[in-house]
Amino acid sequence: MAVVEEIRASSEALLSAKAPRKPANMGQIIRWLLLFGGGILMVMPIAYMISTSLKWPHEVYNVNLIPVEPTIENYTFVLEDGRFYGWFINSIIIATITTICNLLFDSLVGYTLCKFRFPGRYIIFIAILSTLMIPTEMLVIPWYLMSQQFGWLDTYWGIMFPGLMTAFGTFLMKQFFETVPDDFIEAARIDGLNELQIWWTVAMPLVKPALAALAIFVFLGNWTAFIWPLIVTNSVEMYTLPVGLSGFGDEADVAWELIMTGAAISTIPTLIVFLIFQRFIIRGVVMAGLKG
Amino acid sequence: MATLSLRQLTKTYEKTEVLHGIDLSIEDGEFVVFVGPSGCGKSTTLRLIAGLEEATSGDIEIAGRVVNNLEPKERDIAMVFQNYAIYPHMTVRKNIGFGLRTAKMSRADKEARIDEVAAILDMTELLSRKPSQLSGGQRQRVAIGRAMVRDPAVFLFDEPLSNLDAQLRTQMRLEIKKLHQRVGNTIVFVTHDQVEAMTMADRIVIMKDGHIQQVGTPDEVYHAPANTFVAQFIGAPSMNMLQGVGAEGGISLPSGIQFRGPLAPNGVPLVLGVRPDDLHLDDGEPLVEGQVAVREPLGHETLIYVTTQGGEIIAKADGRRPPDVGETVRLRARPDRVHIFDAATGQAIR
Repeated sequence: MAVVEEIRASSEALLSAKAPRKPANMGQIIRWLLLFGGGILMVMPIAYMISTSLKWPHEVYNVNLIPVEPTIENYTFVLEDGRFYGWFINSIIIATITTICNLLFDSLVGYTLCKFRFPGRYIIFIAILSTLMIPTEMLVIPWYLMSQQFGWLDTYWGIMFPGLMTAFGTFLMKQFFETVPDDFIEAARIDGLNELQIWWTVAMPLVKPALAALAIFVFLGNWTAFIWPLIVTNSVEMYTLPVGLSGFGDEADVAWELIMTGAAISTIPTLIVFLIFQRFIIRGVVMAGLKG
Repeated sequence: MATLSLRQLTKTYEKTEVLHGIDLSIEDGEFVVFVGPSGCGKSTTLRLIAGLEEATSGDIEIAGRVVNNLEPKERDIAMVFQNYAIYPHMTVRKNIGFGLRTAKMSRADKEARIDEVAAILDMTELLSRKPSQLSGGQRQRVAIGRAMVRDPAVFLFDEPLSNLDAQLRTQMRLEIKKLHQRVGNTIVFVTHDQVEAMTMADRIVIMKDGHIQQVGTPDEVYHAPANTFVAQFIGAPSMNMLQGVGAEGGISLPSGIQFRGPLAPNGVPLVLGVRPDDLHLDDGEPLVEGQVAVREPLGHETLIYVTTQGGEIIAKADGRRPPDVGETVRLRARPDRVHIFDAATGQAIR
């Protein structure tokens, strides 16, 4: 019995003893500081956006983060302004349709380039990729002239058409389809499915993470798009949220507190989408070997 | 069920011909195994039959109709792939039923057919599981089930057991053989494992470099190999090959030993082949004589590697009393167990 008691005592002592703490080395401290600094840098604009949205107009140009007299008056004003809802709906419609189109077209082209052997396949792929090197600003004038010719100015179609398919999305989807074994495709072919059915039934479910990542990229891109919607729209009713928000204020002054309020409200849908799909977006970025 | 014929089948990739005029007839309900080393063209032949590749020339005939220009789905075949190709996002039931998607059957009939196949493969309990919840053997059975469900004229198996461990492979081998006996469909099975070929096939097609080397029953290819390649490819350990020259009443070996027995053309360079199983330790007139270099005990028998004047020879000795390493042994073979090949062409002489 004495032996048992002795063992129990020593084992309890061992269990209750705290694990020796490893002293943090200088490298780790520097890494933490850098990460902390980076985190602060990322969060500050959002913090200022929320802070400004809670300030009175006279306090907007104060750099203090905590408002002296916090108010929700700006939120009341923006939400009571009927135009805001119209812009919000416009943005939702445009971002959603563009996202769906990208999911369909990018994955179709990516799948074709990945799984079919045909002459010129590589050249087509390079041609698509090369469009990534052309800045949007360079394309705006041709797009505008085209929209004018076709009568697309100030329409949903006019806002959406440049982004219905993207080179980035095509590349992302092609890379993901590379991970789908050819045996799956061939097995389905033997089982009697046509190529479109194989793409939809077999290949697409296997690249869901890529689809989720692409959906987030495209949705966010279109939700925040500013230059093209600003150029192609004329009437206030056709504005998207970023374009509409930029117009708050009057000729004498810009109403930053209202713009920041609208921006704060407009981040909510994107935040929700991101929180739901963030594990997919991370996997998508890792597998495509690309930065978002 | 159906016959399958290949006539002068060739396949060229860019400028390289990988199949050089394959001719083969497979009977209705026959289990034929294509075997050969990597790159011999066996999988290409299977893919041509399946319609996954287009033949450069020649005809493929299934059940009496040429299918060269038909899509895979129109050929009435089903294929089991090396890595199963079962869809990870579908349950076992959906995977098995996948082949029936385009079938003109009522939903109830489809469900009944899936249940029937699952029962045959002893998978009824697993129907609601996803592939990730299955073992390797179970996944293989799902793949077979998906092929079976359509009741095709010809089953094609592309090295389906190569991803399984040794024990499971033996078990699945037996299951596939039983399945064939039960359903009786024509089966074309591709493997690089000669044991699989020997144990499962009604007939074996041995291929090398895009040519068929021999077609025959397991007994035929083992006991009467058509050439030195078949002789060495089939059987483990491989057949021993000794260089010799045809002499009066037998073969003269470099060691000076005159092997009497098989009639061989006088003065012609020959290769004498003898399987390790057919060499026995014997004090009588030997075929070869040499020193034991290595022993490999297998329990009931011991493989001995004997260094002779004509090169290294493998023989089997009694597992209880094998000769010691370094010991000089005399190995004898019955004349009717010795194979003679033309040294120039490698073709069997008798």
